[in-house]
Amino acid sequence: MALTKAVLAERLSEEIGLNKREAKELVELFFEEIRATLESAEPVKLSGFGNFDLRDKNQRPGRNPKTGQEIPITARRVVTFRPGQKLRMRVDAKSRK
Amino acid sequence: MTKSELIHALAEKQSYLAHKDVELAVKSLLEAMTMALSSGERIEIRGFGSFSLNYRPPRIGRNPRTGESVDLVGKYVPHFKPGKELRERVNATLSQQ
Repeated sequence: MALTKAVLAERLSEEIGLNKREAKELVELFFEEIRATLESAEPVKLSGFGNFDLRDKNQRPGRNPKTGQEIPITARRVVTFRPGQKLRMRVDAKSRK
Repeated sequence: MTKSELIHALAEKQSYLAHKDVELAVKSLLEAMTMALSSGERIEIRGFGSFSLNYRPPRIGRNPRTGESVDLVGKYVPHFKPGKELRERVNATLSQQ
């Protein structure tokens, strides 16, 4: 089972004492704020968890894997995530067990 | 944008939580996400993206100072794949510039 917005909202309502609707709104707002910041070309740095950075990619030649036809991959901006030290260490510690 | 700036922005955009409780909520969300990944569980947030683990196989590393070789065990590292909405919104900003 994957962690979803519904599970996160459930947890918030238990821990912070919000009702279901408020918790759901706050979870939505949390991810929307990160998206909107990245959309405005500003990186988001969440200490301990990780950094969401932006990279501008130039146009490069590509190929349709099905037909083999050459088509350019247009220039684009992409989001990259670099996990923070604390997250990497906790994931690593668990995977050793 | 840093974690404290994110907390501040969220506190201004909703009315049912005090600043201090928004701070608790954000920390609780990041902790829940860290816990999920460190127990090997995926995170799936529609429109934002998904977090999963990638396996790095064991390899022989080298101490850059002494040149000595070191056996490194396999490990898991967090990986983020941006969702459709995030990809499109971030990229739309690029084409507007």
